[in-house]
Amino acid sequence: MGYSKDQLIARLKELQIDFDQYEHPVVLTVEEQARYVGHLDGALSKNLFLKDKKSRFYIVSALSNTKVDMKILSQRLGLGKGGLRMAPEEALGEMLQVPRGCVTPFALVNESARSVSLLLDQGLKTQGHCFFHPLSNDVTISLNARDLDKFLNSIGKPPAYVDLEANPPVGKDQPPDLAAFVPSDATILPDNLEKTASSVAPEKNHISADIKSKVVTDKPNKPPNGPKKEKSTDAPAVSASFSDPEKFVEEILEKTSRVVLSEIKGEAIKQHGDQLGSVVSNSIRRQLTAELKNIATIFKNTAYTEGFHASNHQQPKRS
Amino acid sequence: MPSSNPRARHFPPPMSSTSLSPEGEEVAEEEQVVTPWEVSAKQGGKIDYGKLIDQFGCQRLDQSLIDRVQRLTNRPPHVFLRRGVFFAHRDFTDILDAYERGDKFYLYTGRGPSSEALHLGHLVPFMFTKYLQDAFKVPLVIQLTDDEKCMWKNLSVEESQRLARENAKDLIACGFDISRTFIFCDFDYVGGAFYKNMVRVAKCVTYNKVVGIFGFTGEDHIGKVSFPPVQAVPSFPSSFPHLFSGRENLRCLIPCAIDQDPYFRMTRDVAPRIGYSKPSLIESTFFPALQGETGKMSASDSNSAIYVTDTAKDIKNKINKYAFSGGQDTIEKQRKFGANLEVDIPIKYLEFFLDDDAELEQIRREYGAGHLLTGEVKKRVIEVLTELVERHRRARAAVTDEMVDAFMAVRPLPNMFS
Repeated sequence: MGYSKDQLIARLKELQIDFDQYEHPVVLTVEEQARYVGHLDGALSKNLFLKDKKSRFYIVSALSNTKVDMKILSQRLGLGKGGLRMAPEEALGEMLQVPRGCVTPFALVNESARSVSLLLDQGLKTQGHCFFHPLSNDVTISLNARDLDKFLNSIGKPPAYVDLEANPPVGKDQPPDLAAFVPSDATILPDNLEKTASSVAPEKNHISADIKSKVVTDKPNKPPNGPKKEKSTDAPAVSASFSDPEKFVEEILEKTSRVVLSEIKGEAIKQHGDQLGSVVSNSIRRQLTAELKNIATIFKNTAYTEGFHASNHQQPKRS
Repeated sequence: MPSSNPRARHFPPPMSSTSLSPEGEEVAEEEQVVTPWEVSAKQGGKIDYGKLIDQFGCQRLDQSLIDRVQRLTNRPPHVFLRRGVFFAHRDFTDILDAYERGDKFYLYTGRGPSSEALHLGHLVPFMFTKYLQDAFKVPLVIQLTDDEKCMWKNLSVEESQRLARENAKDLIACGFDISRTFIFCDFDYVGGAFYKNMVRVAKCVTYNKVVGIFGFTGEDHIGKVSFPPVQAVPSFPSSFPHLFSGRENLRCLIPCAIDQDPYFRMTRDVAPRIGYSKPSLIESTFFPALQGETGKMSASDSNSAIYVTDTAKDIKNKINKYAFSGGQDTIEKQRKFGANLEVDIPIKYLEFFLDDDAELEQIRREYGAGHLLTGEVKKRVIEVLTELVERHRRARAAVTDEMVDAFMAVRPLPNMFS
């Protein structure tokens, strides 16, 4: 399940990050938040949760008075002119695991937000303190950008600050300057395939048009047009199979059971009698060997990578 | 003529109106042309691979070799071997002889990272390389020639590096074993022992020679002219001291498409002159475009190929609308005369990707006799391709930036032969 605000706060303390905490009634917009913390020393942030046509997600975290032009941002990312739109509300829950009105860079602590790209306004660095929600919108925490960086580094998401108001030309000889921010992991579910073990969530073809939350819209939300449909995400379930032995075994057993069940039928029993066992056994091998070897390799590669990462971030031994 | 192998270079056409065969004789234009930069069949027909083997002087991969591979590896030979997709070689026998004696080898393949998503033709050599890695239990180096793309496609250095990392994810998704695989980008890795070998190779190849092989002109910049050694030296184990030090005589096997043969001939020519063993090659035919063998698989026409990012719907659409059919125009004619299997693209794709020999044989028989209709064959190939693409996409989604870093880390691979 997603991190709770208390878990996050505990994490921040563990990392010895300097921050102040303010509680207030639930707020859904920057204006509302300003009512409670606006008098304090610090800058409010606005946080947008965006999605492109290839179902890749972005959090844009900026000072509340930084102008963010979605069209320009879209071009600078190399997505063309209308490539970016507000992410649908379901994605907020599924990927960021935060409620409405609570988009925050801290949501990246969740495994489900693994492939979300974070763009930070360089304006945040100019302020002594900035205000963010720590995974719930009845609390605001105030901290310096440096401390935010400390946190982001600790979760393996090195921060990168960008001049969000810049409007560099993008063309044949000037590649999009923010192209590096486009996540490579597209969180897409295939449509109409029964082969995947995990269940397919129904496709949502609309964007909630009524989010008057921290997400600031430049234009009214429009339903997606064009041939590409939007697909719901299933990234967490896919990756968990490859890093969690229990889920991995579950998947193997599920695939095997499916073959067994499809082979043991009245006809087959009549046809093969006592031999049905070896027939089914051969079927399992024939149908599953390649696939199981493949997922086992992915499992191995994932474990190796985790070790590699751990080794790189190892603290020197205390003597 | 499409050449969708990952090492295809798009060099400018030769100055003269005829092409040079490896012996330097001029070949008349009515003949087929196969060079690293141009592939075209005779008169809009099909590539004559038998003739190509003669022309290049490489060897046919015959059934006895395939049987030998099966014996040595204790598993069924890969579908690409059974179907003659990988059909030619140079000194593959030496690799097998050495292997039988207990002397291992390593694999070397690569890709020029392009901006587009990969299509199925790009995956073919990598799928085969993965099989070789698993079957023989040997290490693999994969070279991403980001510098080449920077120079030939006029990309910025940063953009070509970014593309290389993107492509690396698709390659990793093919299922290579991280404990035996080293992926590297030229911009990161060239230097040290690798560069020393580059200079050794460069000293052995005259300017005239590269012009002859690659068709450089006086207008081409010096980056291009000096690039070829970069692609040659991964064939030599001393280019990878962190992997192979102490194993200077380790052999190298290079799976590639046959249009790369002239290129690696240069490498094999140089090798003995600098005291290295010649790399062996195992070579494949070209992957046909959707529109047929004579169609052009083009990066700008997304309907000429199936991409790894295509949805199930896209695949269905592309096969139904664009796959060139060898079937007859009407159902009556089809039942009477049967389909022309030689030109039918769905059948060709099934030859590449349908593993079950018995099923393929049955489909060919029935389709050729007219008992099966084009629509039914297309339906089957759509299923096969969709499963393939879906599996790839799922594997790709599991590749994180960290995994790419791990594959690319200059680290020892202690278990690379076990």
